[in-house]
Amino acid sequence: MLARLARRLPRLSPSSSRPISVTAPKKSDALFIHRDTPYNNPKIAFKFDAPNLKRAQEIISHYPPQYKKAAVIPLLDLGQRQNKGWTSISVMNYVAELLELPPMRVYEVATFYTMFNREPIGTNFVQVCTTTPCMLMGSTDILNTTCSHLGGLKPGETTKDGKFTVIEVECQGACSNAPMMAINDDFYEDLTPATTKAILDAFAKGEKPKPGPQSGRLTSENSAGLTSLTSKPYGPGEFCQPEFQ
Amino acid sequence: MLRIVSSVSRPSSAPLLAVAKRRNIASTSARQADITLTVDGKEVTVPQGSALIQACEAAGSPIPRFCYHDRLAIAGNCRMCLVEVARSPKPIASCAAPATQGAMVFTNTPLVHEAREGVMEFLLANHPLDCPICDQGGECDLQDQSIRYGSDRTRFHEIAGKRAVSNKDLGPLVKTSMNRCIQCTRCVRFANEVAGVEELGTTGRGNDLQIGMYVEKMMDSELSGNVIDLCPVGALTSKPYAFHARPWELKTTESIDVLDALGSNIRVDSRGVQVMRVQPRTNDDVNEEWISDKTRYAYDGLRFQRLTTPLVKGPDNRFVAASWPDALAAIAAGLNRTGATGNEIKAVAGHLADTETLVVLKDLLNRLGSDNLASDLAGKYGNSPPVHGVDVRSNFSFNSTIAGVENADAILLVGTNPRHEAAVLNSRIRKSWLHTELVVGMVGERADTTYGYEHLGEDAKALEKLLTGKTKGDFAERWAKAERPMIIVGSAMAEHADGEAVFGMLARYVAASTNRVVREDWNGFNVLQRVASRPALYEIGFVPSRAAASATPKFLYLLNADEVDPSSIPSNAFVVYQGHHGDRGAALADVCLPGAAYTEKGSTWVNTEGRSQLGRAAVPPPGAAREDWKIVRALAEVLGVDLPYDDLVGVRDRMWSISPSLVRWEGVEGTSLEVAKAGLGSLSGIGKKAPSGEKMGLVVGNFYQTDVVSRASVTMAQCTRAFVTREKEGFNEVGKAPLQAHA
Repeated sequence: MLARLARRLPRLSPSSSRPISVTAPKKSDALFIHRDTPYNNPKIAFKFDAPNLKRAQEIISHYPPQYKKAAVIPLLDLGQRQNKGWTSISVMNYVAELLELPPMRVYEVATFYTMFNREPIGTNFVQVCTTTPCMLMGSTDILNTTCSHLGGLKPGETTKDGKFTVIEVECQGACSNAPMMAINDDFYEDLTPATTKAILDAFAKGEKPKPGPQSGRLTSENSAGLTSLTSKPYGPGEFCQPEFQ
Repeated sequence: MLRIVSSVSRPSSAPLLAVAKRRNIASTSARQADITLTVDGKEVTVPQGSALIQACEAAGSPIPRFCYHDRLAIAGNCRMCLVEVARSPKPIASCAAPATQGAMVFTNTPLVHEAREGVMEFLLANHPLDCPICDQGGECDLQDQSIRYGSDRTRFHEIAGKRAVSNKDLGPLVKTSMNRCIQCTRCVRFANEVAGVEELGTTGRGNDLQIGMYVEKMMDSELSGNVIDLCPVGALTSKPYAFHARPWELKTTESIDVLDALGSNIRVDSRGVQVMRVQPRTNDDVNEEWISDKTRYAYDGLRFQRLTTPLVKGPDNRFVAASWPDALAAIAAGLNRTGATGNEIKAVAGHLADTETLVVLKDLLNRLGSDNLASDLAGKYGNSPPVHGVDVRSNFSFNSTIAGVENADAILLVGTNPRHEAAVLNSRIRKSWLHTELVVGMVGERADTTYGYEHLGEDAKALEKLLTGKTKGDFAERWAKAERPMIIVGSAMAEHADGEAVFGMLARYVAASTNRVVREDWNGFNVLQRVASRPALYEIGFVPSRAAASATPKFLYLLNADEVDPSSIPSNAFVVYQGHHGDRGAALADVCLPGAAYTEKGSTWVNTEGRSQLGRAAVPPPGAAREDWKIVRALAEVLGVDLPYDDLVGVRDRMWSISPSLVRWEGVEGTSLEVAKAGLGSLSGIGKKAPSGEKMGLVVGNFYQTDVVSRASVTMAQCTRAFVTREKEGFNEVGKAPLQAHA
């Protein structure tokens, strides 16, 4: 019987033993040093506009004065929003100056967090989630649709007209409505290739489609309809002692 | 707990937002109770607040480590120091865990071995196998620890290879090979905490984490060389020393640095007759574990421009090589020809003159009937006794001691920029400024000191205003209330028009504030010398008498005197230069006598505290050069002067009879309270006229080139180009001009 078992097992030759990890480690595509470019160099001026400066002061006031540096992430976010969605070296320098930090402390934060884009992005920043729940629900299709619909982009690229940048992101926390993508600050959920195209077309026209599930269901309610609490809810006093009716 | 420096020490415009005053949170000192724990079955008692790794050290159990360093903040990111602690489910990083009462720690169990092996495997996964071409080879922590604690075979079969990181340009001193970096962040912590270079940091995250400045920039610090010693791998190595020698070829000699007046303890590594490198030696009282870049890298100046044979100026005004007897005879003939007698015979002592030679030269001149013992202080100041006098040592010494800086709660800098005059001392002030409530005020020209200070003015009038209590501001308030106030007067004040006024007004201030600045347990009156020879010069009384100062010299003996003003030398005088480099002094001479540099002679050096330390010879002097005191002794013989010593022991006996502390090496002999007060009392009579208000400038313009050795050094010339004149282009100016960038 043992001999038969041995025949049925594929032969393991010693030369074919492989280490566990055979895929190349995924390196970040971002550069972690700054090199001056015409569109990103410290000579390009950046300053908060008046409403943002007020907000910045408000944010800084949340922290004790000796821990003003705690405001670095919100201020970088504010700067990124004002600077067309990306954090240039001037934004970082400005935040450093505002918080009286050595600029390197700000660079450290900005390079650590992936949501600070250190290269310019398109007007609409499309982040397609491809983590497990979304992938199981067909996010590969969504990503492919997005890329091909926008003219054959690869994730990480921007369209020629500068309207869209597509990237692949990790879990955004909307797994119950998988597959999903985030465009700018809004989540578009329960996507199909068709709804994806519709959303992208709307953004291309400058409209803003309604965020949330695109399947018509309300937030994350059961897509197969209700399975409990289906009967009519009883009214006040029903089933009570007569004196309470 | 770290304070933020950039905005305070660097002159900048007003902040964009109004800010409340910055304070530290932790200002209480650590509790000093002891705790007892067991390490490998051995009971050990350590102070409360110690890290587990310190307890293990105390118990004699060695713990491998990369990121942990005694003098830096704890990072806990290399994980090499894992130990097993009873009732803990996982091994614990002993550097980041506090030692707790009654803990049972094991450092030699299978779990610990396995943990270390695993950590080592991860570290090596991204470390290139280039040890044969790596300069760290032979003194590499990673190499040693992987042999000791690592696995003996690899499981690494990544097809894509190892991580690759671009090298950074940190300047002419530090060579980077960032592929080798294991991200211990010691260099980042050193740069931020000790050196005050807050541009160094980490960018990216996870596997992409890298050390650098993000923007292309060089590491502009006087202490940058220390990151090379700190780096446990070969990521940061020495550029000037690259591929020159292996550590096992080198002979090490423990010596003393003389390129500033701190007397940093160094280790001179030599091969054959050449000094290959200079490294720091730990001395907690002086330089802790750091040395300045000038100390570390000026050694290549010892190879160039050397005087290797006696030179006599011929009739055509050109130097001709001569033998020692001929050169000495030429000096004797020159002395006869000029007919110089008494005070017309003048000696000038320079920056790098050692104590033995000064003593012998003083004896020689005194026996020739001269008191004309000058030094090469700027302008005319070297030709007269210094303003602070030399009778009481506390008048010209750093009395609080270097370690005492850490006890001060307010420091007043007068006409000095310690960053350039004593770079290692400056790091002490910064350390104290970071971790205590120390406030610093400065009278003098503004400078980037790496710590925050309040600028009080640029001349003696501003000092007078502060001392008379007319200055308003935070510093003045804190100064008035300070329990351990510290005044640091720069040595440049002895070469300044308002020198008398400054010393006089400080002496009167100290006398008036009884038991505050100078008292039994604290002497806060300090003079920071910047030249290695001067404390000894003053200690042995190598100064002209009043009568001698007015004499016109006919015969000059320049002992290492290169900063001497050529116009002060009468054209018909006979000039002898004794020294080791053909620099300014030698150009003025009629006869040059080749001496030994500080790495080539065993001699005594007195630092700014009055601490005498023994330098040792690492290599022989080149060519016909000789130890300096022997040259003077031989000259005395030729001149027919009988000096009562023939050997080094005899000279040191003579030094002992002048001042016993000169030969009590390795210690500071403090001045007693009565003598210190009497010394200040002798100063309180001077400078009663109103000060002229002349600006107190920066006395060290170029930190990298202050003496003959560093002027002859190629590395120091490169540093000058990179950091002082900034000729090297190609890096942007983010940190230097952040304000213009947004204007």
